[in-house]
Amino acid sequence: MSRPSIALSRFGYGLAAGDTPPGDPRRYLLAQLEAYDPAPVAIAGRMRSRGETAEMVELVRSLRQDRRAAMAMTEPPEAMNAPAEDPRAAALEGLPPEYRTKLAEARKVLVADVAARTQLAVASPTPMVERLVHFWSNHFSVSVGKLGTQFEVGPHEFTAIRPHVLGRFSDMLKAAVLHPAMLLYLDQFQSIGPNAPFAQRRTRRGGDRPERPRGLNENLAREVLELHTLGVDGGYSQADVTELARALTGWTVPGIGRVGRFAEDQPSGAAFVALVHEPGARRVLGRTYPAGEARQALAILETLAAHPATARHIATKLARHFAGDTPPPALVARLEADFLATGGDLASLTRTLIDAPEVWMPGPVKFRTPFEWLVGALRLTGAAKLPAQRIVGALDQLGQVPWRAPSPAGYDDLAASWAGPDALVRRVELAERIAGNVPADDILARAEAAFPGALGEATRTQLKRAESGHQALALLLVSPEMMRR
Amino acid sequence: MITALDRRSLLAGSLVLGAGGLALPRLAFAQGAGHRNLLFVLLRGAADGMAMLAPVGDPGLEALRGASLADYEGAGRLGSFFAVHPALAGVAAAAQSGEALFVHAAATAYRERSHFDGQNLLETGGTAPYATRDGWLNRLTALLNEGAPTPLRALAIAQAVPLALRGDAPVSNYAPSALPAASDDLLARVSQLYAADGELGALWQRALETKAMAEDDGLRNLRDASAAGELAASLMRDAGGARIGMIELGGWDTHANQRGAFARSARGLDALLAAYKTGMGAAWADTLVVVATEFGRTARLNGTGGTDHGTAGAALLMGGGVRGGRVIADWPGLAERQLFEGRDLAPTTALESVLAGAVAEHLRLDPERAMARLFPGRSAKPLSGIIRS
Repeated sequence: MSRPSIALSRFGYGLAAGDTPPGDPRRYLLAQLEAYDPAPVAIAGRMRSRGETAEMVELVRSLRQDRRAAMAMTEPPEAMNAPAEDPRAAALEGLPPEYRTKLAEARKVLVADVAARTQLAVASPTPMVERLVHFWSNHFSVSVGKLGTQFEVGPHEFTAIRPHVLGRFSDMLKAAVLHPAMLLYLDQFQSIGPNAPFAQRRTRRGGDRPERPRGLNENLAREVLELHTLGVDGGYSQADVTELARALTGWTVPGIGRVGRFAEDQPSGAAFVALVHEPGARRVLGRTYPAGEARQALAILETLAAHPATARHIATKLARHFAGDTPPPALVARLEADFLATGGDLASLTRTLIDAPEVWMPGPVKFRTPFEWLVGALRLTGAAKLPAQRIVGALDQLGQVPWRAPSPAGYDDLAASWAGPDALVRRVELAERIAGNVPADDILARAEAAFPGALGEATRTQLKRAESGHQALALLLVSPEMMRR
Repeated sequence: MITALDRRSLLAGSLVLGAGGLALPRLAFAQGAGHRNLLFVLLRGAADGMAMLAPVGDPGLEALRGASLADYEGAGRLGSFFAVHPALAGVAAAAQSGEALFVHAAATAYRERSHFDGQNLLETGGTAPYATRDGWLNRLTALLNEGAPTPLRALAIAQAVPLALRGDAPVSNYAPSALPAASDDLLARVSQLYAADGELGALWQRALETKAMAEDDGLRNLRDASAAGELAASLMRDAGGARIGMIELGGWDTHANQRGAFARSARGLDALLAAYKTGMGAAWADTLVVVATEFGRTARLNGTGGTDHGTAGAALLMGGGVRGGRVIADWPGLAERQLFEGRDLAPTTALESVLAGAVAEHLRLDPERAMARLFPGRSAKPLSGIIRS
């Protein structure tokens, strides 16, 4: 690949229809740091979830006795999870109308948010920074599948990730981990300190109904240490997980539960309820954190954000994303040093990537993920104005809908996860549909512009031999140049 | 028939195979897989073995699981000690007719509690996460391909090839698509476009073959577990079909309100297995299904009616040749001091031994050699006596 081609496709989402390839690839990338818009108009109305989440959770809790309701309450977190569709549809039929309305509304909001995120990338003049948004959104992966998350996953990326992609890692960590989407997704919102005043009072009354949530849940604490900060070999123990889980008690979603009226709103969009917070000092990774209610978890997150293991973990993931599945050790070392020297300044890390010879290696270093491929295809063809439902449908068929990763680790960032026989068939099927609905003149010239100095002879030959412009465009969309970056 | 709990004596008493096989590997492999089929079902997210097969005979269970035990009243029993979760009624019936067995208190060599590392270890068969690049099911495919005139078909029924099947041996994957099929003309041109590209060319060739096998499945996705089971069978039952299949099921990470969530996932598993068995028809007699998960869950319910990441769990073996109707377990007990690190069911059987022993017996491979190839660096012996001889 040539340097202009690398700047377009390895760093970004490829050339947009009508654009010309960059003359100075490095300056083209650096300029994006200045031009990036963290809060574009298209998502201006989606910065707050306006309490709908709590309303939905409370509604479902009131219906929980109804077993039919329980069946339809959960969106399938991944394709294989749900039981047969028919029982789900039947269950939906039997639901109270107010819940059906709410569910339909939640789905509509989710579809609109997925489409908005995709269209932002398709139309973006700063595609490299959009890639970073999606990289970090995947690092702090939240997934629909738990009740109410449909309203929150979009705002999680829009408010906890976007403002910080060129800011400080610690700010993004606090915003992303303590956002309602994450608190719901990893069960934090209902975790209660065993010695918290609320738990103690219930025990004294002895009126605790069985099956009601009433204690500590360590799911979020574990993933913060394993996935978001230190990494799995980062040197933490089960005791550290439990201590962080205790410190996190009290962080919940505004408006939920009987304790909701005691909640204090937090900048992350979450709420803190002191009544369910485990009292006392906590000890994590050998350091003691005095009792401090909401501030206690924030203090621990600050420490974790600056930890050398976190620097290494983040450096490795960034290097893998931009320089190849096997991250070059020298690049990892430079990113790590940069992270430690700047206190996790993500703009500085981005400049280090732009200046890294490892990221400018000529051969393609990555197989494009389905989302990267679709955004690239829509940019190239200029098919920006697809209806929201069609965009989501296409991503679903390709196997990578945003905010629907099968695990808190997010979607895999390895070729082997995406370069399968079935994936190729789907891209070919979709390419034919996309290409059939857009203008298809001068495809060879457009191919040369999209992959400047990087178009292979096999592709050029097939484009020339194609029966029509539309067919040539479909072939270009599945060409080796388009599949890899 | 149903026997009582098998203890370690059963395992120890049957570990007599092996040495001869090492001396005569060619002979052992010359028997080949024939038309025997293997389906590996991976339960992603750590399925709760104690919910799947509840040790209702253990006096410690009540204190750990409390109200959720009401689910097992009237559930199918295996001996007096274990009860199969009622959502797995089809599996329970298969066990009672002698075609399914459970292994309990089993775990891989992994002793931490990360899903991703745990799944990595279970899928690669390595001794440490990320230390091995290919999957044990791919190495098994390669082993069966040795000396065979044509490589056998190995296939994941999934949108992406799972790690267990990734590696040097050629494999394919397939999942029903809701997209309209591409025109034949475009498909032919794509073949030419990829002809000189080593990676894309090979993937495309397998994609076209698998597509031809799965013609007109009438499905749009894999969400219906029963339809997924039927699809797997349709791709495996014929002579030209896949001999090795893999399918994944999610929804097992039940940190909160486990009773409903587990039952929902278990019903999906039960429906998938029932449809697969029916779909295989006469080929079921030569089929083994192995169901496993990365690790078990905490022995006691947590503060939110769920269970957290644990250690030992259960595995399920099912098929026409399985010596079923029993539970293989060296039961560790549920008293506080018997739990692993005071919280999890303690592992007493190596899951790798179960996998290697089961597939080796079923596919007529030398068990020791299969163990060494699929799960190298283990001291545990492959389990034996799983398949009727």
